[in-house]
Amino acid sequence: MKRVYVNEEWCLGCHLCEYHCANANMGGVTPQDMVRNLRGRTIHPRIRVEDGADGGKINFAVQCRHCYDPMCVKSCIAGALTVEDGVVTHNPDKCVGCFTCVLTCPYGCIMPDGDGKVVQKCELCLRNKVGAPACAEHCPNRAIVYEERGVM
Amino acid sequence: MAKKFVIIGNSAAAVGAVESLRAIDSDAESWEIVLISDEPHHTYGRPLISYLLFGKTDEERMKFRPDDFYSANKITTMLGCTVTKIDASAKTVSWSKDSYSGELKYDKLLAAIGSVPFIPPMDGIDTVPLKTPFMKLDDAKLLQERVDADTRVFIVGAGLIGLKCAEGISKLTKHITVCDLASRILPSILEAEPAEIMRNWIEGNGVRFMLGDTVSEFKGKTAVMKSGERVEFDVLVLAVGVRPNVALIKDAGGEVNRGIVTDQFCRTSLKDVYAAGDCSESYDITSGQTKILALLPNAYAQGYVVGRHVAGLEDKPYDSAIPLNAIGFWGKHILSAGSYVGEKYEVFGKDGSYRLICREDGLLKGFILIGGNDVHDHSAFDRAGIYTNLIKDRIPLDTLNFEEIKDRASLKGFTAEARKRKLGGVER
Repeated sequence: MKRVYVNEEWCLGCHLCEYHCANANMGGVTPQDMVRNLRGRTIHPRIRVEDGADGGKINFAVQCRHCYDPMCVKSCIAGALTVEDGVVTHNPDKCVGCFTCVLTCPYGCIMPDGDGKVVQKCELCLRNKVGAPACAEHCPNRAIVYEERGVM
Repeated sequence: MAKKFVIIGNSAAAVGAVESLRAIDSDAESWEIVLISDEPHHTYGRPLISYLLFGKTDEERMKFRPDDFYSANKITTMLGCTVTKIDASAKTVSWSKDSYSGELKYDKLLAAIGSVPFIPPMDGIDTVPLKTPFMKLDDAKLLQERVDADTRVFIVGAGLIGLKCAEGISKLTKHITVCDLASRILPSILEAEPAEIMRNWIEGNGVRFMLGDTVSEFKGKTAVMKSGERVEFDVLVLAVGVRPNVALIKDAGGEVNRGIVTDQFCRTSLKDVYAAGDCSESYDITSGQTKILALLPNAYAQGYVVGRHVAGLEDKPYDSAIPLNAIGFWGKHILSAGSYVGEKYEVFGKDGSYRLICREDGLLKGFILIGGNDVHDHSAFDRAGIYTNLIKDRIPLDTLNFEEIKDRASLKGFTAEARKRKLGGVER
């Protein structure tokens, strides 16, 4: 299955992926929707750029790895996390916001949503209007790619 | 002909066993599954009962798995049936339901039978007109029916169950008193000072505490405390504690300590009988002790190991259990893991947050992260799973720059090579 991967040697640390992620998950379809969706708001992206690794030189983006054997799904007390065709998927309607998944995700890739009542996570933009990861699509330096690498 | 795998229980450990077995034997060619449970309900998230009271979920949404779970996994269910006896030599279980009873043969058996409320002997308890533990869906439904805005609720026990009950029931009434013999709350997951932070927060949300005090006698709807104080109440919730449900295995001659004794594949001392979840003991790698880890993620993990083992696989033992707790009260969350031993790094945040990081022998052993008083600020416990993973996988801290991430969890403390491994493919 295709997943999002990061090539950290190419990451500029521009954080554009975070804006495209937030836009896509707020109903945006194209970058032109960003102004309407994001202007004047605190964004809550599901991808995060980490800056300053290795003494400040390195940046890289992180989002859900869609683990083959996901700890979050196995730990969810509400049955709100499931694997659908390989994609770790979250049902906010069932989620009670206990944050057990936050406690168990080894990558730190599930986070409370903007309201903090439930969690949110990357679903590869397969359930929003974009249909494929907006972060990879719009990464100016191809530091984020969406491709098949198999299971290590 | 398919052999018969009988599961007693219908919660996380049972579901884990079903899902791992059916991931291998998806067509039920090798194993027929019979699931028998004394609760008549579709599998539901047990810890959700407080969220049900709080109005954050409902009976439909709190189903732990979809409606077609049993049919999709080719399970014969016997819900509402109580197992009364296991005969490990004849390989049968006896069950009863109302006036019916019967026997069921098994090839492999899983006891996923959870825990039972521990109710110490208390004088006059039989005079209390309305009392309940807080363990099951039916307990929550009883409270929903019987508690209104004028109802005075008295909860005995300031642990996880008692306090989640207090939070849940706060949607129904403001008259909530919680007592505990201990002088602090949440002793199973918090040390004294963070417990004080949480006590203040919970008190601020309208719960009255009577700590270091206990009931000496009940007289109907009055509790006479050891201190001499009297508490008038309408509903009593007994949340003193829970004990592993060991009776069936013990009576069958299986080895039992505090919980059912199992090996790395969750096998009991009885041939072809497994035990998983809150009824059984786990080996906590952070303390090196065998203990009861009555936590849903561990129950599921144990069940998962059982299902694979029934299918004939011995590749993934249950060997990295640790205490794990994520719990919130009125928006203030506690995320904790492991044991609080060794060298301690402790931060009391000006924002009301709290952080404890415990290291020993070059390993991360445990942590407590408590969110700040601004319930929308999650930075105190953000990405806590990165720490949990360090504990579970016993990753030597000298292989990363832990100083860089001890105040805020992130992956940037890892080496470039480790990041490449983590982010360049799928590790798990």
